[in-house]
Order: sequence, then C-alpha cells, then structure tokens
Amino acid sequence: MGEIFVLAEHRQGELRDVTFEMLGKGQELAAAMDAPLAAVLLGHDVGDFATELTKHANQVLVVEDARLEHFNSAVYQQVLAHLIAERKPSLVLMGQSAYGMDLAPSLATQLDSPLATDCVGLEVEDGHLFAVREMYGGKVSAKLAFRQADLYMATLRQAAFPFEEGEPLGGEVVAVDSPLTEEIAYRKFLEYVEAAVGEVDITQADVVVAVGRGIKEEDNLPLVEKLAKAMGGVLAGSRPVVDAGWLPPDRQVGQSGKTVKPKLYLAVGISGASQHVAGMKASSTIVAINKDPDAPIFKVADYGIVDDLFKVVPALTAQLAG
Amino acid sequence: MDIVVCVKHVPDTTEAEIAIRDDERGIKKEGLVFDISEADNYAIEEALLLKEEFGGAITVLTVGPPEADETLRMCLAKGADQAVRLTDERFEGSDGYATARILAEAIKDTDYDLVLTGCQADDDGSAQVGVTLAEMLGLPHAALVVSTEVEDGKMTVHRELEGGLHEVLEIELPALLTIQTGINEPRYASIFGIRKAMKKEIEVLDLDDLELAEEAVGEAGSRTSLVELFIPVVTAQATILEGSPEEVSSELVTILKNEGVV
Repeated sequence: MGEIFVLAEHRQGELRDVTFEMLGKGQELAAAMDAPLAAVLLGHDVGDFATELTKHANQVLVVEDARLEHFNSAVYQQVLAHLIAERKPSLVLMGQSAYGMDLAPSLATQLDSPLATDCVGLEVEDGHLFAVREMYGGKVSAKLAFRQADLYMATLRQAAFPFEEGEPLGGEVVAVDSPLTEEIAYRKFLEYVEAAVGEVDITQADVVVAVGRGIKEEDNLPLVEKLAKAMGGVLAGSRPVVDAGWLPPDRQVGQSGKTVKPKLYLAVGISGASQHVAGMKASSTIVAINKDPDAPIFKVADYGIVDDLFKVVPALTAQLAG
Repeated sequence: MDIVVCVKHVPDTTEAEIAIRDDERGIKKEGLVFDISEADNYAIEEALLLKEEFGGAITVLTVGPPEADETLRMCLAKGADQAVRLTDERFEGSDGYATARILAEAIKDTDYDLVLTGCQADDDGSAQVGVTLAEMLGLPHAALVVSTEVEDGKMTVHRELEGGLHEVLEIELPALLTIQTGINEPRYASIFGIRKAMKKEIEVLDLDDLELAEEAVGEAGSRTSLVELFIPVVTAQATILEGSPEEVSSELVTILKNEGVV
C-alpha cells in the first residue's frame, strides 16, 4: 500500500487542531492498511511545525516556499498534485475546514480521485475503505464506499476525531523542493481580517444563554434576553440568528464564530448542527430546550426539555425571579 | 455581468421526524416541505445584487425532479432571467462528482462572467459540487465567500475561516464562488414577480441534450456509492425533564442550584 498523506493545516503561526486529529486517525488507518503515515507541510519558515509533526508521523514532507506562507488553494493544489504524482500515496486526508473545503474537491477532480467529504468515520473493512458521513443536519448517517482507484481522498470533520498524545513516532523530516515556478495571478491572498469585538465578550461569561432558529422572529429575542438576565448570563446565538442580522457576529457560537466554555450553556431553540456544537461542547453543564426530541443538541446536552420554548422560557424566567 | 447560479431543491428537515426508505437509498419524502437550500438562497441574492449594480443576465440551474420547478420559479420571481432544469431518470444516484459533471456540461458552452453556488446543501451537506464544478470548467474559485466586490475584471472576496477570521483574496473573472449564508439579506419575491415568473418557460434538458455518456452520470458516473443509510445511535443522552413548563423549570432551577451554576 502507498503511504497515507495528512495535509497539515496551519494559520497565523499555529498548527490547527484538525491536523492532530487527522494524524491520530491516520495512525489508525496506517496500521489497518499496513502503510506509512506522512504529514505534508506546506509553508514558509515552518521548521518548528515540522519538528512537532515528527512525533505523530513516520515522515514529515516539507515544502518551503515564500509563496506558501498563507493558504491559497490554487497554489496548494499545484504543489500537492506534484507531490502526489511523485510519491503516489494511496490516501490523502484533509480537514473539512475553510482550507479543505476550498481545496479537496478541485484537487480530487484534477487527479481523478474519489473523494468523501466531511467524514465522521473512516474505516478499512476486508481491505476496502468506507466512509461514514452525516446528512440532514445529523439526523441521518450514510456509509459510503469508494470506487476502486489508486488514490482515495477524504476530508475529516473538525473536532470529530479524538486526539490523544501517544508515544512519539520519531518520524524524519524530508525536505522537498518547491515545484512552484510562475506566480499564480488568478487568485491572490491579500490579508486576514479579524472579526470586530463588541462590548460583550461571550467567551468570558460563566453563563451563556444561546438562541437559535427556533426563536422564529427577531421580535421574540427579548424573551430569551430576559432569561439570560435572570440567569446572570449573556445572550449569544447560533448561525441562523446571526445570519438574519438579529445578533451581531461577535455573539455567534460555533466553528465560524466563538468557542465558549461557560459553567452553564443553555441552548434555546438550537438544533445542534455540528458546527455549532464544536463551539460549545466543552461547557461544564449544557441544558437544551427544543420541541424536536430528535434534535442533535440532545446528544451533547446534560439536561433536556422537549417542549415549546415560548412556554418554557417565560416559566423558567419567572422561576428564577421568584 | 452574466451570472450562472446553481441551486438545489431540498426538504426542510430541521424540525421534521425523518424515516429511512425500506430500500435504504434515501429518506421518506412524504409530508416534508421542500424549498431552496439555504446557502443557495444567499447565492441567488448575491447574483441579484451584482446584476442590480452591473447589469447582465442571471441563469439559474438545477439538477432535480420536476418539483424543483418550484424553487426555479421563486428564483425567476426574484429577478433571475432564465431557468434550466436538468432532469433524467439516469441522473438518479449521482454523487457530488457526477452532479457537478452534469452541471458542467450544461454550463460549459454558455457565456458567463461568474458562477455561484451555495457552499453546502442542506440535505447531503457535502460542500463538494461547487469547487468540483470550478475544476471541471477550468475556473479559479473561492469557497465560503461572505463578501464580494467587483473591479476591473477582478473580484475581491472575503472567505470565512474559523473563529471569526476572514481571508481576503483577489480572484480573476470568470470565476466560481461558493456562497456562505449571512453574506446578504435574501429578499422575498413580490406578488408581481411571482405572477411574471408563472408565465416564464423553464428549459428542461435531459441526458440526450448534453454531450455526456450514460456512464458519466448516476451511480455509474459517481465515485462514491451509498452502502447504507441509518439513524445514528444517540450517545451520551441528556436527562430529559418531564412535566409542565412550570414543573420542568422548577426542577431545572433546583438542579442548577445544586450544581452551583446559578
């Protein structure tokens, strides 16, 4: 079997968590497929990352180039296509992240490789690779087979695979010459823009009361705001509420917003999409109010109330006031 | 600026109970309400805003059954100029790759400056068709776009990264962008627009109209295949509090006080 590639993700001087999650899964697959595991690191001046990655892979393939300092899927695709043609791995893992989502489908298409995206499971059974992914907002799971090929690709959902620091593998660092020649003019990285910070920092609160799509209308927000006040907490929201403009972006909890770890997280009318859960699952106590008993939020909640939030929220507010 | 927008007609399952069909190839669709996939709704709005600023025509495309006309008509009612539905029994079972192949064949010989898709569909959530389509059409692309600006045949776009961070990049046109929710405020169609859209013709194309072999679409043209669908096992279940709103509130407050969190 050809080696397994894990594309290391890094941004603004840090390796991203999904890198280690993929390497953890990669080690397991490497054992099942009897294949070596290689971390692939593209960047500029990334020697420290390479050293760190040797703990978790048999080899760390490093391509250093000033043009790789910031992620650019067009540039990454060129370099990876070259590296894959040369090393002929049997499997390439990437994150289902802002990077992987921008890169994996076009790279797989260019290289004629079957791709399964946003995998929450990836297993080898009788020598064949199978992926498990979620559909319909996590209410249904699908097991997928890949069409027979020399190279398979999968993107792994962030925070879905556990990573535990094990015995260091002591892999070797292999420097690979950058295959980049001309400047890519059709897509250029310009800069990063940080989200503006508002007057309330939801990451510092002990109690976060978060509201989701179940609130139906902006006019209903004060109902939940009153509850947040009665609990001595701050009001936050899931993506749909922020997309609708009912709460500012700095109040958004989830993968693309803030990650919070309060003592108490109360989810009101939030279904619990994985992107939301990634931003709140480390909270000490999680309570969910939702009228749908099958809502995925009940998988992470400690306590659940399956009822109409428009009845429960006023009752709970009154209870706290009384 | 001529824009192609690819949309998908999907069931709203956020509060619905879901059952898997006996053949395990899909879910039971009876009783479910269908609508345009959420991110696609933002994509069509972004196209309308660009058309208002720069002129041009919007063509909206979907791969789907005749019922998808409902979504196409809503796009026409909002201001799209023409709609094309790609429908054939032989398309059934297409994965993201095969679906992109069908769309690519329908788009490749048309004139456009920009192709927009939603970044991720509400039903399968693959986030795969848009970027795959870009590669097939030979277009530069950017995924998860949350703002656009056009200048001199180029666009400056913001891509959403994790943790509230945006990446700003410059991309040459023609290009393909996958649009993230929240980029704009999708409008509602006017009654006048809806009436006008009822009279417009929706072009329907099947496999024979495209320059594609039967083996390139459906399950044969797919690179992943469905082994089975199942309802996931719920782990670490919540303790569900039962009773009237007053009873559960009282119980919850007692629990939270005992745990010292309020």
